[in-house]
Amino acid sequence: MKYKIGSALKEDFPIFTQNRDLVFLDNAASCQKPAVVLEAMDKLYRNFYANVHRGSYNIAEIVTSLYEDAREKIARFINAASAREIIFTRNATAALNLAARSLSIDFRAGDIVLLTELEHHASLVPWQEAGHRHNLKLEFIPVTPDGRLDINKARQQIKSKPKVLVMTAMSNVTGTVTEVEELVDLAKKAGAITIIDAAQAVQHKKIDVQEINCDLLAFSSHKLFGPSGLGILWGREELLEKMPPVEYGGHMIKEVNYQTASYASIPDKFEAGTPPIAEVIGLGAAIDFINQISMTTVESYEKELTAYCLEQFTKIPNLKLIGPKDNKNRGAIFSFVIDGLHPHDLATILDSIGIAIRAGHHCVMPLHSKFGIPATARASFTIYNGEEDMQALIFGLNKARQIIS
Amino acid sequence: MDIYQQKIMDHYKKPRYRGTINNPTHISVENNSLCGDRIEFQLSIKRKKIIQAVWQGEGCVLSLAAADVIAEHIQKIPLNQVSIINEEWLLGELGVKPSPSRLKCVLLPLIALKKALTNN
Ligand SMILES: Cc1ncc(COP(=O)(O)O)c(C=O)c1O
Repeated sequence: MKYKIGSALKEDFPIFTQNRDLVFLDNAASCQKPAVVLEAMDKLYRNFYANVHRGSYNIAEIVTSLYEDAREKIARFINAASAREIIFTRNATAALNLAARSLSIDFRAGDIVLLTELEHHASLVPWQEAGHRHNLKLEFIPVTPDGRLDINKARQQIKSKPKVLVMTAMSNVTGTVTEVEELVDLAKKAGAITIIDAAQAVQHKKIDVQEINCDLLAFSSHKLFGPSGLGILWGREELLEKMPPVEYGGHMIKEVNYQTASYASIPDKFEAGTPPIAEVIGLGAAIDFINQISMTTVESYEKELTAYCLEQFTKIPNLKLIGPKDNKNRGAIFSFVIDGLHPHDLATILDSIGIAIRAGHHCVMPLHSKFGIPATARASFTIYNGEEDMQALIFGLNKARQIIS
Repeated sequence: MDIYQQKIMDHYKKPRYRGTINNPTHISVENNSLCGDRIEFQLSIKRKKIIQAVWQGEGCVLSLAAADVIAEHIQKIPLNQVSIINEEWLLGELGVKPSPSRLKCVLLPLIALKKALTNN
């Protein structure tokens, strides 16, 4: 194997070889890019850039085939039945918006949308909007005080036959890995369409859409070591073919006259306009990179790292972790508060010694309100982080305490 | 770590004007929903003069220290002199150049004050 997971992997990321002291612990917001991704995009722009699906000249054919190869790689990465089921969007948020807008068109007043209290604004707000428009009823699977879903309550809620279940596979605040397969199974038996927000999970867990057995699933390239500006909506072919497009223009049509148009089939139907070409090819390179490491290795490495960090966090006095405290079904995302140390002050002091964390509500305001905490500090780890990054964080926490208290 | 220098830490740890007053003529509360910080100003204004000004709230070092520095400077000043209390003045007084994201923290009490002056 060419790549070695853990701190040694920083050698394959130019940002770290150029900034040896950077301790990057904001991977839940976005990940750094390996050299192979940057090179793939650079090579494209330097050697054969052209628009896709349009030219009949040589470089346009090359770009189109690289672009469609990347779609195949993405399909295989999540075990989609076919590359036609992979739709390119702007980010996970746009994918989740597309799903909500397109699906809800024929929903009726009073239809139930079942979500979880862990949802990111990206999976929640599009359904609030659809709800206002079609008079839908939004219900929420509750979160327990340790940041897990209340599965017994979920079982009851599913009995009320929701039209859709929308749930995150992993919380970007608590690090909770949710029971997607179990809930998708129950929801489908009750006749619901199931939508999974895998934006956070995709970086940490093997995603197999056929095993999860959901109907739609969304994620972003930038959280999977690929470039920003690209999101993926995967959907079951039969369902996607039935769903109406929500954006119109070039490439998504079959025939057009001045008065009307007919639409192409999937995935084109949902991909109006020039797509993020270099970004798709960049994500293809990111997937090659991860496949060489293997998601199995990622999962086992991160389980160990999570155990180490959890043990360290529980030793820090006056620190309250928001989310599961045991290493079962949770990943290396740690949101916390420290008595007498405001998250913004902590983030500023850590930044002054080269440690990047996030402070705020992390786009999940309702959950913070539920826990009665306006803002938290969040440290999120990934494949290139190691124990020394946790040690640096502890050093920084102590320093911040000295300065502030 | 130039943000957390002596003057700021001093006002944060030993605020001079944190509290409430008995009969405020002007009150305002300003929140920063991003971090949950909240600053409330209470003023007692008589004959176009600030007789007393206090603040209370929760927040980071920057927002709380800024609130206290502002309160210190507006005690017993005529209203027509309050206009000098602006962003530039405050940053100069605190001696910091915060990053754009932290500037919001510093400006929270300033927004609260301006709101108080128009609320009665
Ligand atoms: C759980 C979760 N869902 C959705 C999103 C939205 O992703 P993006 O901002 O790339 O659209 C994020 C990332 O911020 C996330 O963590």
